[in-house]
Amino acid sequence: MLLIRCPYCEMERPELEFRYGGEAHVVRAAEPETIGDEAWGQFLYLRSNPKGLHAERWRHTNGCGRFFNCLRDTVTDRIFVTYKAGEPRPELAS
Amino acid sequence: MRFSFPRMLKEALNGNAGWPEQWRSPEPKASYDAIIVGAGGHGLATAYYMAKEHGMRNIAVLEKGWLGGGNTGRNTTIIRSNYLWEESEALYEHAMKLWQDLSLELNYNVMYSPRGVLMLAHNVHDVQVFKRHVHANRLAGIDNEWLTAEEAKAFCPILNIDPDVRYPIIGAALQRRGGTARHDAVAWGYARAASAMGVDIIQNCEVRNILRGPDGAVTGVETTRGVIRSKKIGVVAAGHSSVLMQMANVSMPLESYPLQALVSEPIKPIMPCVVMSNTIHAYMSQSDKGELVIGAGTDAYTSYSQTGGLHIATHTLEAICELFPVVRRLRMLRNWGGIVDVTPDRSPIIGKTPVAGLFVNCGWGTGGFKATPGSGHIFAHTVVTGEPHKIAAPFTLDRFRTGRLIDEAAAAAVAH
Repeated sequence: MLLIRCPYCEMERPELEFRYGGEAHVVRAAEPETIGDEAWGQFLYLRSNPKGLHAERWRHTNGCGRFFNCLRDTVTDRIFVTYKAGEPRPELAS
Repeated sequence: MRFSFPRMLKEALNGNAGWPEQWRSPEPKASYDAIIVGAGGHGLATAYYMAKEHGMRNIAVLEKGWLGGGNTGRNTTIIRSNYLWEESEALYEHAMKLWQDLSLELNYNVMYSPRGVLMLAHNVHDVQVFKRHVHANRLAGIDNEWLTAEEAKAFCPILNIDPDVRYPIIGAALQRRGGTARHDAVAWGYARAASAMGVDIIQNCEVRNILRGPDGAVTGVETTRGVIRSKKIGVVAAGHSSVLMQMANVSMPLESYPLQALVSEPIKPIMPCVVMSNTIHAYMSQSDKGELVIGAGTDAYTSYSQTGGLHIATHTLEAICELFPVVRRLRMLRNWGGIVDVTPDRSPIIGKTPVAGLFVNCGWGTGGFKATPGSGHIFAHTVVTGEPHKIAAPFTLDRFRTGRLIDEAAAAAVAH
């Protein structure tokens, strides 16, 4: 089970308190009526699904109830950083 | 070499010292007519049918690890075809028909055992959904029948149908032709038969890059054992499909999740069939060795770790203990995970890609084993002819642009 730090509660809590929300930074078109099938398909269905670093959304459902983002390695499941919704994806110092 | 009774007798008298290797382990050639990436059941079946049905011989199957070491060797071996939509019914029923004669065809015992798959209903929604499935299947000529709780218990006596539990059993759908097969034997049988027809199976050969010419068409692959040229590449890589397709700059509508399974210590036969419960997410059958094979759910998040969270397995075991109180004191021997590639509509992708010469067979999610022969059969047709087999035609990658999804997820819950 993952231990996830909620950036709002500023506490590390067990995964069971959270709900996974899929890939982060997938942005809905500002003017959806202007985009075609290709772009809709990409927005709705295509995911990067990387083997390695993954930016993803989590929601602290059994805590503050808020969405935030997380950088996790999908091979080791190690979480590097969590950050608030709306903040840009942080660069990790290698 | 053919397996036969006289041969068995001869080898038995000879201390079983004369059995040859069942498939060759050749060095990769510089080029092939076609390359299949991934030597799991689906990949090996594809190569086998390409050789047998389409007369292609110069084929390589590349495998980064060992043969059948991915999801083929990690699943819970359930076979059934009682899907809801016509497209899926055609697909899984095609596989079901091939399972029936597979051991004879391959001259290799894949231990296909049509012992019946019982799917439990625990609430009104389940009853309505399963009855809808039963009727849809009947219209398609696929056997599936509705049982009351008492009839389900008569079919599988260790079931607990006490109404005084958290999720009481109020009925079940039964597909009598459903059952299990020996997963390793399926991979080995296809490998052996394909190798005998000249297919090169190359293990420990990881694909690092997919090479493309100036016109964009594929020209080969770069592997840990050098560059191998081919104008046709079929990617059959399950959980790693996204990673491989990215090498050709194709984004996929896939997410890879760990899915877990467990086996208990072996015991005498107590279970005559397969039992699945989608609602409380647990399924169980007994292998011919006597181990209870138990399937759990996927983790909540995408991962390539090949292990799942302990709380997921615990949750399943709690359900198993309630459904089958007789197994409560059993110990679990092993617990493992496989990486399953899940599509948004929970139906596979079989067909062409935007890249010329590149074909993909993926997205089987949590339930690909049952389709192994059918998947290989129609994908072989697709790779050889360059056009989708008529059963594969609806399962295009393009459906995620056109919106013609085959939405088995809403219809059949998580476990397929």
